[in-house]
Amino acid sequence: MSKLNRREFLKGAGLLTAGSVLPMSLVELAFADAKQNFTFAYISDSHIQQIKGNQFVRNWDRGLMRAVAETNLLDPKPDFVLYGGDIAQLGSKPEIDHGLELLSALRYPVHYALGEHDYYLDLGEYWESQLGPQWYSFDHKGVHFIVLNSILTYQDWIDKWPTAEQRMATMAGLDNPNGSPFMVGGEQRAWLADDLSKVSLETPIVVLSHSPLQKIFRNWNFWTEDADQVQALLRPFEKVSVLYGHVHQIQYNQIGNISFNSAMATAWPWPYPRSYAQAPSHMPKLTVPMNRADPFFERDATGWQLIDLHSGNVDLHYALYDNTNRVVAFNEQTGQPEDTRYQDSGGQVPAQMHY
Amino acid sequence: MKRFITAPAAEPVARVTTHAGPFRSAKIHRPLLALLLGLLPAADALAAEAAQPATPLGLPPLAVPADNPQTPEKIALGEKLFNDKRFSSTGEIGCVSCHEPAKGFSDSPKPVSTGVNGLNGTRNAPTVINAAYLDSQFWDGREPTLEAQSLQPFVNPVEGGLADHRPILDVVRTDPDYRAAFDDVFGVSGEDVTMDHVAKAIASFERTLIAGDSPFDRFYFGGETDAMTPQQIRGLSVFLVEGRCNSCHVIEQDQALFTDNEFHNIGVGINDVEEEVPQFAAAFLKAKNAGADVDKTVLTDPKSSELGRFAVTSDISKIGAFKTPTLRNIALTAPYMHDGSLATLEEVVEHYDNGGFSGDSDHANAYLSGGIRPLGLTEQQEDDLVAFMQALTSPKYAALAQQAQADDAAGAAPAQEPATADQEADQ
Repeated sequence: MSKLNRREFLKGAGLLTAGSVLPMSLVELAFADAKQNFTFAYISDSHIQQIKGNQFVRNWDRGLMRAVAETNLLDPKPDFVLYGGDIAQLGSKPEIDHGLELLSALRYPVHYALGEHDYYLDLGEYWESQLGPQWYSFDHKGVHFIVLNSILTYQDWIDKWPTAEQRMATMAGLDNPNGSPFMVGGEQRAWLADDLSKVSLETPIVVLSHSPLQKIFRNWNFWTEDADQVQALLRPFEKVSVLYGHVHQIQYNQIGNISFNSAMATAWPWPYPRSYAQAPSHMPKLTVPMNRADPFFERDATGWQLIDLHSGNVDLHYALYDNTNRVVAFNEQTGQPEDTRYQDSGGQVPAQMHY
Repeated sequence: MKRFITAPAAEPVARVTTHAGPFRSAKIHRPLLALLLGLLPAADALAAEAAQPATPLGLPPLAVPADNPQTPEKIALGEKLFNDKRFSSTGEIGCVSCHEPAKGFSDSPKPVSTGVNGLNGTRNAPTVINAAYLDSQFWDGREPTLEAQSLQPFVNPVEGGLADHRPILDVVRTDPDYRAAFDDVFGVSGEDVTMDHVAKAIASFERTLIAGDSPFDRFYFGGETDAMTPQQIRGLSVFLVEGRCNSCHVIEQDQALFTDNEFHNIGVGINDVEEEVPQFAAAFLKAKNAGADVDKTVLTDPKSSELGRFAVTSDISKIGAFKTPTLRNIALTAPYMHDGSLATLEEVVEHYDNGGFSGDSDHANAYLSGGIRPLGLTEQQEDDLVAFMQALTSPKYAALAQQAQADDAAGAAPAQEPATADQEADQ
């Protein structure tokens, strides 16, 4: 892999990011002249779930179908799509196959990351047979993209289950105390160090992982056990953006040179809504129920995102159904990602200080 | 919700009094009070109270724009304009052509409206009744007010067919009756009469077309336990519970407009052209950005019409989404949906029960609203739901429709003076 030079890349003009909707025309204006800028779409967490035979949970199917259909309408077209992991709910072939069939309607190349729901039935074997290596990198228009499998865990835990199904079902529980923390692991970190050694420090880096490469809350596995070691490998680079799924909500953070942005799920939102009472909802059961009413609109608090990559930083345009679309953009002045609408402290909801 | 079904709203007598009484008593006291406060209201504000019908049972108070107060003279002028067919390229089409009083102010049973020279548009004529309460006008909400809405059909090629509003101004500036009326109402004449005055008068008339007092209103808000049949009462329960209809067709605690004023893709029209959306959505947006008129495009191009709210906002999440219509007087305005593609209320219920498809399509489009899902209603529940919707007809419009049918049967011409018929029905 040749050393990348991004001088030209950095000349790109800033994008328009103020829109609260995701208008095709606005994107078109923004890209009317900046050759080095590009966009990609980001779809994540579809959790395609087989009920039996050819029956799949309609709600999750519709979420993915809608994200795919709307992504296909983007004009000008995104260069590619990143898929953030968890195609399946319980990692089975029918679920992965059905998810990939729905994703096959995308009119763009897709780069996939592996989620724990795709992995813990057969340890990624079927996923790999369909989509290739569990971690890899590629270059696009002066940017180095790295896709990691961040949902590995301790071998002892993997080996302790009598059946693969039990292992999968346990890891599929978000707050299951019998679960195990996610990690990138030594082998992959060695690969990452080697991969990064071939990239110039000025090259913008985008890392795609399923779990956050930062430690948020261990009990929910909003967590990667060796996040600090991965961050250390990324620290020498000027501009690093980590994109992750798993959390089914909008999160953003800055740690040193690394920007963190999360993706919305197409399946169900965080917090989990109360189930639709008239028919089985197939919403995963949680150990501790959360306080969110049934929103009626099944797509409420789900969505997908369009990402502008400019000047080495990412801006995420969130398409949120029956809601106000949001933009989380990198603020050059403060050096961190910020919600362009809700940054004003007067408009913020005070954080909950008790638990 | 069940509580309301078994024990309809408390204090029905007090409520009825509230609806009937306040204007009369207020008129006695308000000038005195205002004088004491040094805020004597203008005479036309008092006239407006007299002109505007009292709020019917089941409706909220109507907000009237401050710059267009109601007066009896303005309402009468608006009605005259509403019924005037000279305001079209052929002299045969007026507002009333597609919004007939005897058809619940729609053009039932036409699926889509017919304008000049027999040209058809793409949309089913929405009722004008209670349109005054809506947050936006037209199926895609492309105009915010009655005033703004009223100006468009005159100059749409498949409606009034005029190239511009000039011919209307020529009439209202020269016709002796109109000259007198505009002078009386707005104090303007000659070149000073503008389309703004025309729009205000039409909107004032439309603000008198409000209707509640249906069997449902008497049952739910009026406490008349026998105002609805047992089947209709069961249907109300389906409406609120299993059908979840009220998530969009809203019934509130003290009034019901049966709309959330939002836009939803419910799988009508768009299902059949889904595969082509990427092509024609992009083409539409390109034309719109180049200056194409949205009103003309969506009514003349069937595919662009199916873009729904997206055509107005360019928001991808509103592809194929149309405004939630009121359900009041729905029994008078068949067929249904923005394209008139469902002939009966039974077909509508089946469409929703399927989860957003019916007829020729066997699945819902990918852009479908998250609120649309298979309901699993029983046949009995579906029948009950249809029966409930038949309890939403206001007596004065039911009477108009019955009179027209009687006239038709007798070979007589349909009623030409809807206002007169209105008043009779009121008494």
